[in-house]
Amino acid sequence: MSSLQEGDLILRGTRAPSRLQAARGTEESAQGAEKPFQQVMDVSTGDPHRAGMKPVSFVRQVLAACVYPKLLDEKSLPLDARQRANTLLGVCSGRSVGSYSATAYGIPYVCKSVTEFIMRRDGGVSSNPEDIVISSGSTKTLLMVLHLMASGEGETRTGVLTPMPCPHTLPTLLNMAGLTLVPYQLLEDQGWAVELDELHRALRTTRGHCSPRAIYISNPGNPTGHVQDRKSIEEVIRFAATEGLVLLADEVYQDSVYGQGKESLSYKRVLFEMGKEYSKKVELVSFHSLSSACMGECGLRGAYMEAVNLDPAVMKYLRDAQAPSSPPVLPQLALEVMVNPPTPEDPSYKTYSQEILHSMTTLSQNAQRACEFLNDLSGIKCQPARGGIFLFPRLHLPPQMVEEAKMLGVEADVLYCQRLLEEEGVRLGAGCENGQVDPNFHIRLCVLAPSDTLDEILARLHSFHLRLLERFP
Amino acid sequence: MSHQVTGSGGKVLTLENMNPNVRKVEYAVRGAIVQRAVQIEKELKEGVKKPFTEVIKANIGDAHAMGQKPITFFRQVLALCAYPDLLEDNKFPEDAKQRARRILGACGGRSIGAYSASQGIECIRQDVSRYIEKRDGGIPSNPDNIYLSTGASDAIVTMLKLLVCGEGPDRTGVMISIPQYPLYSAALADLAAVQISYYLDEDRCWGLDVAELKRALSAARTHCNPRVICIINPGNPTGQVQSRKCIEDVIRFAKEEHLFLMADEVYQDNVYAEGCKFHSFKKVLFEMGPEFSSTVEMASFHSTSKCYMGECGFRSGYMEVINMDPEVKVQLTKLVSVRLCPPVTGQALLELVVNPPQPDEPSYSTFMKERTDVLAALAEKAGLTEKTFNTVPGIICNPVQGAMYTFPRITLPQRAIDTAKEEGLAPDMLYCMRLLEEEGICLVPGSGFGQREGTFHFRMTILPPTEKLKVVLQKIRDFHVRFTKQFS
Repeated sequence: MSSLQEGDLILRGTRAPSRLQAARGTEESAQGAEKPFQQVMDVSTGDPHRAGMKPVSFVRQVLAACVYPKLLDEKSLPLDARQRANTLLGVCSGRSVGSYSATAYGIPYVCKSVTEFIMRRDGGVSSNPEDIVISSGSTKTLLMVLHLMASGEGETRTGVLTPMPCPHTLPTLLNMAGLTLVPYQLLEDQGWAVELDELHRALRTTRGHCSPRAIYISNPGNPTGHVQDRKSIEEVIRFAATEGLVLLADEVYQDSVYGQGKESLSYKRVLFEMGKEYSKKVELVSFHSLSSACMGECGLRGAYMEAVNLDPAVMKYLRDAQAPSSPPVLPQLALEVMVNPPTPEDPSYKTYSQEILHSMTTLSQNAQRACEFLNDLSGIKCQPARGGIFLFPRLHLPPQMVEEAKMLGVEADVLYCQRLLEEEGVRLGAGCENGQVDPNFHIRLCVLAPSDTLDEILARLHSFHLRLLERFP
Repeated sequence: MSHQVTGSGGKVLTLENMNPNVRKVEYAVRGAIVQRAVQIEKELKEGVKKPFTEVIKANIGDAHAMGQKPITFFRQVLALCAYPDLLEDNKFPEDAKQRARRILGACGGRSIGAYSASQGIECIRQDVSRYIEKRDGGIPSNPDNIYLSTGASDAIVTMLKLLVCGEGPDRTGVMISIPQYPLYSAALADLAAVQISYYLDEDRCWGLDVAELKRALSAARTHCNPRVICIINPGNPTGQVQSRKCIEDVIRFAKEEHLFLMADEVYQDNVYAEGCKFHSFKKVLFEMGPEFSSTVEMASFHSTSKCYMGECGFRSGYMEVINMDPEVKVQLTKLVSVRLCPPVTGQALLELVVNPPQPDEPSYSTFMKERTDVLAALAEKAGLTEKTFNTVPGIICNPVQGAMYTFPRITLPQRAIDTAKEEGLAPDMLYCMRLLEEEGICLVPGSGFGQREGTFHFRMTILPPTEKLKVVLQKIRDFHVRFTKQFS
């Protein structure tokens, strides 16, 4: 008998990740399995490079020169990239990206650059390098905070108010960290808006069940694409202040607000503009990462969080959390370039700004085009997105299909995605992974992809969906 | 209606309601002494006069920080992966370009910026398997059993997460050596697992004795459910390379006592002493025959941080799991999927480490020279360190058979021990603090790794360049004499 059979029971409830299947699909097709398509097109997760988007040249040039310092003298690389690499190597021990990170919470120079970015972004609101902790990806940074908050059992078990829908890895993360997920529904018919009454209702359900200590929110919303206005952000902040909740603001897609009239406002900025009554009190942790829309550098694994107003004694634990295994160095350098890009006087500025413009234009045009396309399909209704890189359309599936799914022991949106993958080689995300609790079905797709790739995906989806409707008239 | 009263100025997240296990976590390698070292460096920068001009950080196993150069081939390939436009540059050797193209071909959108499969890029796992097979004389390795990770530490913590469960007297007990690398004690504290310490025998060159394992285990059974035994070979901080017989004994013990075996082998290329050889636990397991090789559950760990590469900053490693229950393996796969994937640059580096230039390739001779030079320098420094410390009255130094550290035993005068007590410090911490203040050398006190009651040690890395190391050894020798005199 295995000594491990009693293994961690918490995980038994979690779903296997869908990306594994996509990777297998690609490998299967590479090995020549019989499939009606050549290559799996995977837009189920926020992975723009996989979809065909190109990295920012300046970032990669700097990283290359940092990795192989002989390139510091390579004339074919722009001078400003080489100068930046030289500066960044100077903050690495032994001038090598292969040394351990100077501290467990992030290279101090990078932390400082991050604060300068935050101050520029927030119209001068101050930011302190000691409030910055860097880690290997936003999942990790969030997990560090969740882990720090995990305590109690039953009634005293830490609860986290979580939007429905939420990022598809979040329910598993909460489960793994030993926290109770307290769902609050976003209002689909209002573009997935946050509603104060709903927050209060969610909080009322916790009585006797858990001890809510935090509220998580993503803005721009993942996967909803909703962008909060100032009033909405203030409401959430006031709610967190009154109800004694730590505010966890996931702002990874802050660089991708494209909806008309939408301003990109950070929680930090709004908090500080609400005056001392709030700015000195509300415990706010804001998250950002290399997986942002403009960078799309998910595979590099780099992220930071800014934690304000935390108890200093508690903050110390957060900063020391990675002592036994400090964050990787190269992604930290990439973060520095992300928050401190070329400026108009720099030789690389022109190329840099063109590349960013291209990404943003592609994203906003794709989002709009895809939304219209989906709304034209019978049985699909899609809320327009104003930011972020996903669309989260609702499916009105034929009852027979829902029945069929029940008999097969899967959710109907999972079945929809499975069939779509098998028949058309398109991988989308099933909405149930995003934690939806109502009887509606959704699918999730990342629209940050080259426009012809998106068109191909939409065409295949169209073809699949029409066949489905014919099958179940 | 508020669920809790926070009071005016009261915080939501407090020491009282935060995770109680996190409060118990310590990690001496980056602990108080390092914080003081960093402070001193700041003071030096500001022009404060000290009896030294630089702080030598011999506390952490960071080769590049101490001046060791990276392997040229590895960095060329990684640069090509980072910025593929360089594939057109004729200054890069052809074999480096081929490797880069292959790695990029395995990445989504041909970019290292795409997520990979959470278990790690498939062709790299295949290469890891082939490396293991070659190393272990042909014993098969299945890529499905390979999990790439963000450093070996990540894989070690993941396995422990999977293994630790139960409440009260049923809580999982994990056996770990004393002295140990404090990642283990930190992880066990964080998971609220029960640490079961087994002592290595300092008088027999830090050898492992099964009788000691049995003693520790039976004592532990009264208050926990022992399920795991961890062993670091070559050892950290002790540097011992376990004999083949010892490895067989541990495997036999694990089987008899129904324990999951975790073999931390990150220093597998760092073996210096004559007569010492690295035997992988997997190889020995399989050579012991099916009675063992088909039953003992094991995980072996390796990384790119040590050996001749020293690429700690990339955070790259892997584990190979053997004989894991298939249902548990499903849980493991789910667990690693939560953090999405290990850094792709690290995965690429690992590919190069397990699949270095071959004799018929252009980069081979440079690669071999660089590799040989690093390992030869380490061997020389290992011998020099042992020899020098053993000339100091009051310092006894076991041979540095492998790894990157020396862990000598120091005799401290009773007055020093008493003074330390008064200052609320472990005696070897007092020693190390004084050394830092007087000579600018940063070591880690033995109390950070665990040691027999009443004994004192420090851990020093053998990584500084030879000439600098000679100076460091001499300064420590002089300091020790001074310290002993001062507290007599």
